[in-house]
Amino acid sequence: MSQPVWILGVSMTKFARYEDEDCVDLASTAALAALNDGGISINEMDIMACGSLFQASAGLGQQVLGQIGQTGIPVYNVSNACATGATALRTVYMSIKAGESEMGLAVGVEKMGKMGLLAGADKKADENVYEPSGRYGSVVSVDGILGTNTMPGVFAQAGMKYAYENDGVGFEQFAKVAYKNHKHSILNPLAQYQKEFSEEEIQQSPMMSYPNTLLMCCPTGDGAAAAVLVSDEKLKTLSAEQQDRAVKISASVLTSDPYVEGGQVQPDVNTLTRNAAEKAYEEAGVGPDELDLVELHDCFATAELIHYDNLKLCESGGAGDFIDSGAPFRDGKLPVNVSGGLISKGHPIGATGIANVFEVSTHLRNEAGDRQIEGAKVGLTHVIGLGSSCGIHILEK
Amino acid sequence: MSQIPIVEYLSLDDPPHLVANECKNCKARFFDRRNACGNCGTTEFQKAKVSSTGKLVAFSIVHRAAPTIPVPYISGLVETDDNTTVRSNIIGVEPSPEHIELGMALELETYELEKDDKGTACIAFGYKPV
Ligand SMILES: [Zn+2]
Repeated sequence: MSQPVWILGVSMTKFARYEDEDCVDLASTAALAALNDGGISINEMDIMACGSLFQASAGLGQQVLGQIGQTGIPVYNVSNACATGATALRTVYMSIKAGESEMGLAVGVEKMGKMGLLAGADKKADENVYEPSGRYGSVVSVDGILGTNTMPGVFAQAGMKYAYENDGVGFEQFAKVAYKNHKHSILNPLAQYQKEFSEEEIQQSPMMSYPNTLLMCCPTGDGAAAAVLVSDEKLKTLSAEQQDRAVKISASVLTSDPYVEGGQVQPDVNTLTRNAAEKAYEEAGVGPDELDLVELHDCFATAELIHYDNLKLCESGGAGDFIDSGAPFRDGKLPVNVSGGLISKGHPIGATGIANVFEVSTHLRNEAGDRQIEGAKVGLTHVIGLGSSCGIHILEK
Repeated sequence: MSQIPIVEYLSLDDPPHLVANECKNCKARFFDRRNACGNCGTTEFQKAKVSSTGKLVAFSIVHRAAPTIPVPYISGLVETDDNTTVRSNIIGVEPSPEHIELGMALELETYELEKDDKGTACIAFGYKPV
Protein backbone atom coordinates (compact mmCIF):
# COMPACT_ATOMS: atom_id res chain seq x y z
CA MET A 1 0.00 0.00 0.00
CA SER A 2 1.26 3.45 -0.85
CA GLN A 3 1.45 6.12 1.82
CA PRO A 4 -1.72 8.05 2.73
CA VAL A 5 -2.51 11.60 1.69
CA TRP A 6 -3.56 14.09 4.38
CA ILE A 7 -5.69 17.19 4.59
CA LEU A 8 -3.50 19.90 6.07
CA GLY A 9 -5.90 22.83 5.81
CA VAL A 10 -9.53 23.17 4.82
CA SER A 11 -12.12 25.93 4.62
CA MET A 12 -15.40 27.08 3.21
CA THR A 13 -17.07 30.44 2.80
CA LYS A 14 -20.57 30.89 4.09
CA PHE A 15 -22.98 29.73 1.40
CA ALA A 16 -25.26 32.62 0.47
CA ARG A 17 -26.24 34.85 -2.41
CA TYR A 18 -23.35 37.24 -2.89
CA GLU A 19 -24.08 40.47 -4.76
CA ASP A 20 -20.62 41.90 -5.42
CA GLU A 21 -18.13 39.08 -4.93
CA ASP A 22 -17.45 37.08 -8.10
CA CYS A 23 -16.15 33.51 -8.40
CA VAL A 24 -12.55 34.71 -8.23
CA ASP A 25 -13.25 36.51 -4.94
CA LEU A 26 -15.07 33.58 -3.38
CA ALA A 27 -12.50 31.00 -4.52
CA SER A 28 -9.58 33.20 -3.42
CA THR A 29 -11.18 33.74 -0.02
CA ALA A 30 -11.60 29.99 0.47
CA ALA A 31 -8.11 29.22 -0.83
CA LEU A 32 -6.42 31.75 1.45
CA ALA A 33 -8.41 30.45 4.41
CA ALA A 34 -7.40 26.85 3.68
CA LEU A 35 -3.72 27.82 3.37
CA ASN A 36 -3.98 29.79 6.60
CA ASP A 37 -5.73 26.89 8.31
CA GLY A 38 -2.87 24.62 7.26
CA GLY A 39 -0.26 27.16 8.34
CA ILE A 40 1.30 27.02 4.90
CA SER A 41 2.02 29.37 1.99
CA ILE A 42 0.90 29.28 -1.63
CA ASN A 43 4.62 29.07 -2.44
CA GLU A 44 4.65 25.54 -1.03
CA MET A 45 1.95 24.29 -3.40
CA ASP A 46 3.07 22.05 -6.25
CA ILE A 47 -0.29 21.79 -7.98
CA MET A 48 -3.69 23.45 -8.00
CA ALA A 49 -7.05 22.10 -9.12
CA CYS A 50 -10.05 24.38 -9.42
CA GLY A 51 -13.57 23.03 -9.77
CA SER A 52 -16.48 25.01 -11.16
CA LEU A 53 -19.30 23.56 -13.20
CA PHE A 54 -20.16 26.75 -15.03
CA GLN A 55 -16.83 28.59 -15.10
CA ALA A 56 -14.19 25.89 -15.56
CA SER A 57 -13.77 26.98 -19.19
CA ALA A 58 -12.88 30.51 -18.05
CA GLY A 59 -9.52 29.43 -16.61
CA LEU A 60 -10.77 30.17 -13.12
CA GLY A 61 -7.86 28.38 -11.43
CA GLN A 62 -5.35 30.67 -13.10
CA GLN A 63 -7.44 33.70 -12.21
CA VAL A 64 -7.41 32.64 -8.57
CA LEU A 65 -3.64 32.15 -8.60
CA GLY A 66 -3.46 35.61 -10.21
CA GLN A 67 -4.98 36.92 -6.99
CA ILE A 68 -3.24 34.79 -4.35
CA GLY A 69 0.14 33.87 -5.85
CA GLN A 70 1.08 33.31 -9.46
CA THR A 71 3.74 30.71 -8.80
CA GLY A 72 3.62 28.99 -12.16
CA ILE A 73 2.44 25.61 -10.88
CA PRO A 74 0.25 23.34 -13.02
CA VAL A 75 -3.44 24.22 -12.83
CA TYR A 76 -6.27 21.83 -13.63
CA ASN A 77 -9.67 23.41 -14.22
CA VAL A 78 -12.24 20.69 -13.70
CA SER A 79 -15.93 20.34 -14.30
CA ASN A 80 -17.76 17.12 -13.45
CA ALA A 81 -21.45 17.77 -12.70
CA CYS A 82 -22.24 17.87 -8.97
CA ALA A 83 -19.06 15.86 -8.30
CA THR A 84 -16.96 18.81 -9.53
CA GLY A 85 -15.52 19.76 -6.12
CA ALA A 86 -14.76 16.14 -5.23
CA THR A 87 -13.06 15.76 -8.61
CA ALA A 88 -10.84 18.80 -7.95
CA LEU A 89 -9.88 17.36 -4.58
CA ARG A 90 -9.18 13.99 -6.15
CA THR A 91 -7.06 15.57 -8.90
CA VAL A 92 -4.67 16.92 -6.28
CA TYR A 93 -4.89 13.63 -4.37
CA MET A 94 -3.88 11.63 -7.46
CA SER A 95 -0.93 13.90 -8.17
CA ILE A 96 0.39 13.40 -4.63
CA LYS A 97 -0.28 9.65 -4.80
CA ALA A 98 1.62 9.51 -8.07
CA GLY A 99 4.61 11.16 -6.43
CA GLU A 100 4.51 14.22 -8.69
CA SER A 101 3.56 16.62 -5.91
CA GLU A 102 4.13 16.92 -2.17
CA MET A 103 1.45 19.49 -1.52
CA GLY A 104 -1.46 20.85 -3.48
CA LEU A 105 -4.46 23.14 -3.34
CA ALA A 106 -7.97 22.12 -4.35
CA VAL A 107 -10.66 24.77 -4.68
CA GLY A 108 -14.31 24.47 -5.62
CA VAL A 109 -16.57 27.43 -6.34
CA GLU A 110 -19.88 28.36 -7.92
CA LYS A 111 -22.08 31.40 -8.36
CA MET A 112 -25.55 30.33 -9.30
CA GLY A 113 -27.66 33.33 -8.39
CA LYS A 114 -31.27 32.39 -8.95
CA MET A 115 -30.85 29.89 -11.71
CA GLY A 116 -34.13 28.11 -11.16
CA LEU A 117 -34.80 24.51 -12.04
CA LEU A 118 -31.74 23.62 -14.16
CA ALA A 119 -32.52 21.68 -17.34
CA GLY A 120 -35.66 21.44 -19.35
CA ALA A 121 -36.77 24.50 -21.30
CA ASP A 122 -34.79 23.89 -24.46
CA LYS A 123 -37.86 24.71 -26.53
CA LYS A 124 -36.94 25.71 -30.05
CA ALA A 125 -38.13 29.26 -30.56
CA ASP A 126 -39.64 30.50 -33.84
CA GLU A 127 -39.59 27.06 -35.38
CA ASN A 128 -42.74 26.50 -37.36
CA VAL A 129 -41.97 23.59 -39.65
CA TYR A 130 -41.26 20.26 -37.99
CA GLU A 131 -37.94 18.66 -38.73
CA PRO A 132 -36.51 15.76 -36.75
CA SER A 133 -33.25 16.69 -35.03
CA GLY A 134 -30.86 15.45 -32.39
CA ARG A 135 -30.13 11.96 -31.20
CA TYR A 136 -33.80 11.08 -30.81
CA GLY A 137 -35.03 12.71 -34.00
CA SER A 138 -37.39 14.91 -32.01
CA VAL A 139 -39.49 17.62 -33.68
CA VAL A 140 -40.33 19.61 -30.53
CA SER A 141 -38.85 19.85 -27.04
CA VAL A 142 -40.05 16.74 -25.24
CA ASP A 143 -39.68 18.01 -21.65
CA GLY A 144 -43.12 17.89 -20.08
CA ILE A 145 -44.49 15.66 -22.84
CA LEU A 146 -42.34 12.57 -22.61
CA GLY A 147 -41.92 12.98 -18.87
CA THR A 148 -39.70 15.39 -16.96
CA ASN A 149 -36.10 16.49 -17.48
CA THR A 150 -35.95 18.79 -14.45
CA MET A 151 -33.76 17.88 -11.50
CA PRO A 152 -36.57 17.88 -8.89
CA GLY A 153 -38.55 15.54 -11.14
CA VAL A 154 -35.72 13.16 -11.94
CA PHE A 155 -34.80 12.77 -8.27
CA ALA A 156 -38.47 12.52 -7.33
CA GLN A 157 -38.80 9.56 -9.68
CA ALA A 158 -35.64 7.98 -8.25
CA GLY A 159 -37.21 8.20 -4.78
CA MET A 160 -40.56 6.86 -5.96
CA LYS A 161 -38.88 3.92 -7.65
CA TYR A 162 -37.34 3.07 -4.28
CA ALA A 163 -40.79 3.44 -2.71
CA TYR A 164 -42.18 1.04 -5.30
CA GLU A 165 -39.51 -1.54 -4.60
CA ASN A 166 -39.43 -1.25 -0.81
CA ASP A 167 -41.94 -0.99 2.04
CA GLY A 168 -42.30 1.85 4.48
CA VAL A 169 -41.26 4.67 2.18
CA GLY A 170 -43.50 7.55 1.15
CA PHE A 171 -44.17 11.27 1.31
CA GLU A 172 -43.86 11.34 5.13
CA GLN A 173 -40.42 9.75 5.14
CA PHE A 174 -39.14 12.11 2.45
CA ALA A 175 -40.51 15.08 4.40
CA LYS A 176 -38.81 13.83 7.55
CA VAL A 177 -35.43 13.91 5.79
CA ALA A 178 -35.92 17.60 5.00
CA TYR A 179 -37.18 18.25 8.55
CA LYS A 180 -33.93 16.78 9.88
CA ASN A 181 -31.63 18.78 7.63
CA HIS A 182 -33.37 22.11 8.21
CA LYS A 183 -33.23 21.40 11.94
CA HIS A 184 -29.52 20.55 11.78
CA SER A 185 -28.70 23.76 9.92
CA ILE A 186 -29.67 26.05 12.78
CA LEU A 187 -26.35 25.10 14.42
CA ASN A 188 -24.29 25.86 11.31
CA PRO A 189 -23.44 29.56 10.84
CA LEU A 190 -22.01 28.81 7.37
CA ALA A 191 -25.33 27.46 6.07
CA GLN A 192 -27.30 29.47 3.54
CA TYR A 193 -30.45 28.97 5.62
CA GLN A 194 -30.69 28.39 9.37
CA LYS A 195 -34.37 27.93 9.98
CA GLU A 196 -36.26 25.02 11.45
CA PHE A 197 -39.59 23.96 9.91
CA SER A 198 -42.16 21.50 11.22
CA GLU A 199 -42.86 18.34 9.25
CA GLU A 200 -46.26 19.77 8.46
CA GLU A 201 -44.78 23.01 7.11
CA ILE A 202 -42.45 21.01 4.90
CA GLN A 203 -45.28 18.84 3.58
CA GLN A 204 -47.43 21.89 2.90
CA SER A 205 -44.82 24.09 1.28
CA PRO A 206 -45.35 24.60 -2.49
CA MET A 207 -45.14 21.36 -4.46
CA MET A 208 -42.25 21.30 -6.94
CA SER A 209 -42.29 17.73 -8.18
CA TYR A 210 -44.26 15.32 -6.03
CA PRO A 211 -43.09 14.10 -3.58
CA ASN A 212 -40.53 16.92 -3.36
CA THR A 213 -41.94 20.18 -2.02
CA LEU A 214 -39.97 23.44 -2.11
CA LEU A 215 -38.54 22.81 1.38
CA MET A 216 -37.35 19.37 0.23
CA CYS A 217 -35.20 20.86 -2.59
CA CYS A 218 -31.76 22.42 -2.25
CA PRO A 219 -31.61 26.14 -3.01
CA THR A 220 -29.34 27.71 -5.63
CA GLY A 221 -26.61 29.83 -4.13
CA ASP A 222 -23.01 31.00 -4.16
CA GLY A 223 -19.94 29.89 -2.26
CA ALA A 224 -16.52 28.30 -2.29
CA ALA A 225 -14.52 25.72 -0.38
CA ALA A 226 -10.85 24.76 -0.46
CA ALA A 227 -8.45 22.17 0.89
CA VAL A 228 -4.68 21.85 1.11
CA LEU A 229 -3.45 18.27 0.72
CA VAL A 230 -0.06 16.96 1.74
CA SER A 231 1.88 13.73 1.32
CA ASP A 232 2.63 11.52 4.31
CA GLU A 233 6.35 12.09 3.93
CA LYS A 234 6.05 15.87 3.74
CA LEU A 235 3.64 16.01 6.68
CA LYS A 236 6.28 14.40 8.87
CA THR A 237 8.55 17.41 8.27
CA LEU A 238 5.92 19.91 9.44
CA SER A 239 5.22 21.17 12.98
CA ALA A 240 3.65 19.06 15.72
CA GLU A 241 0.51 21.21 15.60
CA GLN A 242 0.16 20.77 11.83
CA GLN A 243 0.60 17.02 12.18
CA ASP A 244 -1.84 16.93 15.05
CA ARG A 245 -4.61 18.67 13.10
CA ALA A 246 -4.07 16.76 9.84
CA VAL A 247 -6.94 14.55 8.69
CA LYS A 248 -6.20 11.33 6.84
CA ILE A 249 -7.88 10.63 3.52
CA SER A 250 -8.47 6.88 3.89
CA ALA A 251 -10.30 6.54 0.60
CA SER A 252 -10.81 8.69 -2.48
CA VAL A 253 -13.08 7.22 -5.12
CA LEU A 254 -14.74 8.47 -8.29
CA THR A 255 -17.15 6.42 -10.40
CA SER A 256 -19.36 6.97 -13.42
CA ASP A 257 -22.59 5.14 -14.12
CA PRO A 258 -22.30 1.65 -15.58
CA TYR A 259 -24.87 0.47 -18.13
CA VAL A 260 -28.21 -0.51 -16.66
CA GLU A 261 -31.46 -1.08 -18.51
CA GLY A 262 -33.52 2.08 -18.14
CA GLY A 263 -30.49 4.30 -17.55
CA GLN A 264 -31.03 5.87 -20.96
CA VAL A 265 -34.40 7.38 -19.97
CA GLN A 266 -33.69 8.13 -16.30
CA PRO A 267 -30.11 8.42 -15.02
CA ASP A 268 -29.46 5.67 -12.48
CA VAL A 269 -28.10 7.39 -9.38
CA ASN A 270 -27.89 4.17 -7.38
CA THR A 271 -25.46 1.78 -9.04
CA LEU A 272 -22.52 4.18 -9.32
CA THR A 273 -23.03 5.25 -5.70
CA ARG A 274 -23.11 1.63 -4.57
CA ASN A 275 -19.99 0.89 -6.58
CA ALA A 276 -18.18 3.92 -5.16
CA ALA A 277 -19.19 3.04 -1.60
CA GLU A 278 -18.05 -0.53 -1.93
CA LYS A 279 -14.70 0.56 -3.31
CA ALA A 280 -14.26 3.26 -0.66
CA TYR A 281 -15.02 0.93 2.26
CA GLU A 282 -12.56 -1.58 0.87
CA GLU A 283 -9.86 1.02 0.24
CA ALA A 284 -10.23 2.48 3.74
CA GLY A 285 -10.64 -0.86 5.47
CA VAL A 286 -13.62 0.70 7.21
CA GLY A 287 -17.19 -0.57 7.33
CA PRO A 288 -20.35 1.56 7.32
CA ASP A 289 -20.96 0.58 10.96
CA GLU A 290 -17.69 2.28 11.92
CA LEU A 291 -18.73 5.70 10.59
CA ASP A 292 -19.36 8.48 13.11
CA LEU A 293 -20.92 10.93 10.64
CA VAL A 294 -21.81 11.18 6.97
CA GLU A 295 -22.28 14.16 4.66
CA LEU A 296 -24.17 12.86 1.64
CA HIS A 297 -25.68 14.41 -1.46
CA ASP A 298 -29.19 15.47 -0.45
CA CYS A 299 -29.89 17.65 -3.48
CA PHE A 300 -33.49 16.57 -2.83
CA ALA A 301 -35.04 14.79 0.14
CA THR A 302 -35.82 11.81 -2.08
CA ALA A 303 -32.12 11.53 -2.93
CA GLU A 304 -30.92 11.44 0.68
CA LEU A 305 -33.29 8.62 1.51
CA ILE A 306 -32.13 6.31 -1.28
CA HIS A 307 -28.49 7.01 -0.50
CA TYR A 308 -28.95 5.62 3.06
CA ASP A 309 -29.35 2.32 1.27
CA ASN A 310 -26.78 2.93 -1.47
CA LEU A 311 -24.10 3.81 1.10
CA LYS A 312 -25.14 0.83 3.27
CA LEU A 313 -25.96 3.07 6.23
CA CYS A 314 -29.10 0.97 6.73
CA GLU A 315 -30.28 -2.56 6.04
CA SER A 316 -30.99 -3.26 2.39
CA GLY A 317 -34.46 -1.89 1.66
CA GLY A 318 -34.63 -0.28 5.07
CA ALA A 319 -34.18 3.44 4.34
CA GLY A 320 -37.73 4.23 5.46
CA ASP A 321 -37.20 2.57 8.83
CA PHE A 322 -33.81 4.24 9.12
CA ILE A 323 -35.24 7.77 8.99
CA ASP A 324 -38.30 6.78 11.06
CA SER A 325 -36.00 5.41 13.78
CA GLY A 326 -34.21 8.75 14.10
CA ALA A 327 -30.84 7.18 13.28
CA PRO A 328 -29.60 9.94 10.91
CA PHE A 329 -30.49 12.80 13.29
CA ARG A 330 -27.53 14.41 15.04
CA ASP A 331 -28.36 12.61 18.29
CA GLY A 332 -29.04 9.33 16.48
CA LYS A 333 -27.02 6.23 15.75
CA LEU A 334 -25.36 7.63 12.60
CA PRO A 335 -25.72 11.39 12.09
CA VAL A 336 -26.21 12.35 8.43
CA ASN A 337 -25.81 15.90 7.14
CA VAL A 338 -25.30 17.64 10.46
CA SER A 339 -24.21 20.67 8.39
CA GLY A 340 -27.80 21.06 7.23
CA GLY A 341 -27.02 19.27 4.00
CA LEU A 342 -27.52 20.69 0.55
CA ILE A 343 -31.18 21.26 1.42
CA SER A 344 -30.37 23.95 3.97
CA LYS A 345 -26.61 24.58 3.91
CA GLY A 346 -26.91 25.20 0.17
CA HIS A 347 -25.41 23.74 -2.99
CA PRO A 348 -23.07 26.01 -4.99
CA ILE A 349 -22.26 23.08 -7.23
CA GLY A 350 -18.47 23.32 -7.61
CA ALA A 351 -17.99 23.97 -3.89
CA THR A 352 -20.14 21.14 -2.56
CA GLY A 353 -17.65 18.27 -2.90
CA ILE A 354 -15.04 20.14 -0.84
CA ALA A 355 -17.46 21.79 1.60
CA ASN A 356 -18.55 18.34 2.78
CA VAL A 357 -14.88 17.48 3.39
CA PHE A 358 -14.58 20.71 5.41
CA GLU A 359 -17.58 19.67 7.50
CA VAL A 360 -16.38 16.16 8.29
CA SER A 361 -12.76 17.29 8.90
CA THR A 362 -13.96 19.96 11.32
CA HIS A 363 -15.79 17.34 13.38
CA LEU A 364 -12.84 14.94 13.29
CA ARG A 365 -10.63 17.77 14.57
CA ASN A 366 -13.15 18.46 17.34
CA GLU A 367 -13.47 22.04 16.12
CA ALA A 368 -17.15 22.10 15.10
CA GLY A 369 -18.35 24.12 18.10
CA ASP A 370 -22.09 23.91 18.78
CA ARG A 371 -22.68 21.30 16.15
CA GLN A 372 -19.77 19.03 17.11
CA ILE A 373 -20.50 15.31 16.98
CA GLU A 374 -18.66 14.21 20.10
CA GLY A 375 -15.76 11.83 19.66
CA ALA A 376 -16.06 11.61 15.87
CA LYS A 377 -13.13 9.67 14.43
CA VAL A 378 -14.32 8.48 11.01
CA GLY A 379 -16.54 10.19 8.46
CA LEU A 380 -17.69 9.81 4.89
CA THR A 381 -18.48 12.41 2.24
CA HIS A 382 -20.53 11.70 -0.87
CA VAL A 383 -21.53 13.67 -3.94
CA ILE A 384 -23.26 12.63 -7.10
CA GLY A 385 -24.02 14.56 -10.25
CA LEU A 386 -26.35 13.48 -13.01
CA GLY A 387 -24.66 12.44 -16.09
CA SER A 388 -23.41 10.69 -13.92
CA SER A 389 -20.46 11.04 -11.59
CA CYS A 390 -20.08 9.99 -7.95
CA GLY A 391 -17.29 10.98 -5.57
CA ILE A 392 -16.74 9.49 -2.12
CA HIS A 393 -14.06 10.32 0.44
CA ILE A 394 -13.56 8.56 3.76
CA LEU A 395 -11.72 10.65 6.32
CA GLU A 396 -10.12 9.55 9.58
CA LYS A 397 -8.40 11.18 12.52
CA MET B 1 -53.36 15.34 -43.65
CA SER B 2 -49.73 14.65 -42.83
CA GLN B 3 -48.39 13.55 -39.49
CA ILE B 4 -44.97 13.33 -37.92
CA PRO B 5 -44.00 11.48 -34.70
CA ILE B 6 -42.61 13.60 -31.86
CA VAL B 7 -39.52 11.38 -31.80
CA GLU B 8 -38.18 8.94 -34.35
CA TYR B 9 -38.55 6.00 -31.98
CA LEU B 10 -42.33 6.39 -32.11
CA SER B 11 -43.73 4.49 -35.09
CA LEU B 12 -47.16 5.63 -36.27
CA ASP B 13 -47.81 2.36 -38.08
CA ASP B 14 -51.11 0.86 -37.07
CA PRO B 15 -51.22 0.37 -34.15
CA PRO B 16 -48.63 2.97 -33.06
CA HIS B 17 -45.73 1.56 -31.05
CA LEU B 18 -42.18 2.33 -29.96
CA VAL B 19 -39.17 1.00 -31.82
CA ALA B 20 -35.76 0.56 -30.14
CA ASN B 21 -32.28 0.08 -31.57
CA GLU B 22 -31.46 -3.31 -30.14
CA CYS B 23 -27.88 -4.53 -29.84
CA LYS B 24 -27.52 -7.76 -31.81
CA ASN B 25 -24.96 -9.05 -29.36
CA CYS B 26 -26.40 -8.31 -25.89
CA LYS B 27 -29.98 -7.21 -26.70
CA ALA B 28 -29.61 -3.91 -24.86
CA ARG B 29 -32.20 -1.46 -26.19
CA PHE B 30 -31.71 2.21 -26.93
CA PHE B 31 -34.03 4.93 -28.20
CA ASP B 32 -31.36 7.29 -29.48
CA ARG B 33 -29.16 6.88 -32.58
CA ARG B 34 -26.14 4.81 -31.68
CA ASN B 35 -22.40 4.88 -32.26
CA ALA B 36 -22.00 1.59 -30.43
CA CYS B 37 -23.62 -0.35 -27.62
CA GLY B 38 -23.30 1.27 -24.19
CA ASN B 39 -23.44 -2.14 -22.59
CA CYS B 40 -21.04 -4.27 -24.62
CA GLY B 41 -19.35 -1.93 -27.09
CA THR B 42 -20.30 -3.81 -30.26
CA THR B 43 -21.73 -1.93 -33.22
CA GLU B 44 -24.46 -4.03 -34.83
CA PHE B 45 -28.07 -3.20 -34.13
CA GLN B 46 -31.51 -4.30 -35.22
CA LYS B 47 -34.90 -2.63 -34.88
CA ALA B 48 -37.02 -4.06 -32.07
CA LYS B 49 -40.70 -3.38 -31.55
CA VAL B 50 -41.30 -2.47 -27.90
CA SER B 51 -44.38 -3.83 -26.13
CA SER B 52 -47.09 -1.18 -25.77
CA THR B 53 -48.26 -2.44 -22.38
CA GLY B 54 -46.48 -2.31 -19.06
CA LYS B 55 -46.59 -1.06 -15.49
CA LEU B 56 -45.77 2.15 -13.65
CA VAL B 57 -42.54 1.80 -11.66
CA ALA B 58 -41.98 5.46 -10.68
CA PHE B 59 -43.65 8.80 -11.10
CA SER B 60 -43.52 12.46 -10.15
CA ILE B 61 -46.27 15.03 -10.35
CA VAL B 62 -44.53 18.04 -11.81
CA HIS B 63 -45.83 21.40 -10.61
CA ARG B 64 -42.93 23.63 -11.64
CA ALA B 65 -41.57 23.61 -15.17
CA ALA B 66 -40.49 25.92 -17.97
CA PRO B 67 -43.18 28.55 -18.69
CA THR B 68 -44.31 26.89 -21.94
CA ILE B 69 -45.12 23.58 -20.23
CA PRO B 70 -48.63 23.16 -18.78
CA VAL B 71 -48.55 21.99 -15.15
CA PRO B 72 -49.31 19.93 -13.20
CA TYR B 73 -48.61 16.82 -15.19
CA ILE B 74 -47.52 13.30 -14.31
CA SER B 75 -44.10 12.14 -15.43
CA GLY B 76 -43.63 8.40 -15.19
CA LEU B 77 -41.24 5.55 -15.73
CA VAL B 78 -42.95 2.62 -17.40
CA GLU B 79 -41.54 -0.88 -17.46
CA THR B 80 -43.00 -2.56 -20.53
CA ASP B 81 -44.01 -6.22 -20.62
CA ASP B 82 -40.81 -6.96 -22.50
CA ASN B 83 -38.70 -5.22 -19.81
CA THR B 84 -37.83 -1.98 -21.54
CA THR B 85 -38.01 1.21 -19.48
CA VAL B 86 -39.76 4.16 -21.12
CA ARG B 87 -40.14 7.68 -19.76
CA SER B 88 -43.29 9.56 -20.64
CA ASN B 89 -46.20 11.51 -19.30
CA ILE B 90 -48.96 9.45 -17.71
CA ILE B 91 -52.24 10.52 -19.26
CA GLY B 92 -55.90 9.98 -18.52
CA VAL B 93 -55.32 10.23 -14.74
CA GLU B 94 -55.88 13.11 -12.32
CA PRO B 95 -52.46 14.53 -11.37
CA SER B 96 -52.79 13.90 -7.64
CA PRO B 97 -51.14 11.17 -5.57
CA GLU B 98 -54.41 9.46 -4.55
CA HIS B 99 -55.20 8.69 -8.19
CA ILE B 100 -51.84 7.16 -9.05
CA GLU B 101 -50.76 3.74 -7.93
CA LEU B 102 -47.22 2.42 -8.30
CA GLY B 103 -47.37 -0.85 -10.24
CA MET B 104 -50.58 0.07 -12.08
CA ALA B 105 -51.05 -1.44 -15.56
CA LEU B 106 -50.63 1.00 -18.44
CA GLU B 107 -50.82 1.08 -22.21
CA LEU B 108 -49.38 3.34 -24.87
CA GLU B 109 -51.65 5.94 -26.41
CA THR B 110 -50.86 8.51 -29.09
CA TYR B 111 -52.45 11.91 -29.51
CA GLU B 112 -52.03 15.03 -31.63
CA LEU B 113 -49.87 17.51 -29.71
CA GLU B 114 -49.97 20.47 -32.12
CA LYS B 115 -49.58 21.43 -35.81
CA ASP B 116 -46.81 23.31 -37.55
CA ASP B 117 -47.35 26.13 -40.07
CA LYS B 118 -47.76 23.67 -42.92
CA GLY B 119 -50.50 21.82 -41.10
CA THR B 120 -48.38 18.81 -40.22
CA ALA B 121 -49.56 17.27 -36.98
CA CYS B 122 -47.02 16.33 -34.32
CA ILE B 123 -48.08 13.04 -32.79
CA ALA B 124 -46.95 12.48 -29.20
CA PHE B 125 -47.41 9.49 -26.93
CA GLY B 126 -48.22 8.84 -23.32
CA TYR B 127 -49.31 5.93 -21.16
CA LYS B 128 -52.81 5.59 -19.74
CA PRO B 129 -54.30 3.11 -17.28
CA VAL B 130 -55.55 -0.07 -18.94
ZN1 LIG C 1 -24.57 -4.72 -26.60
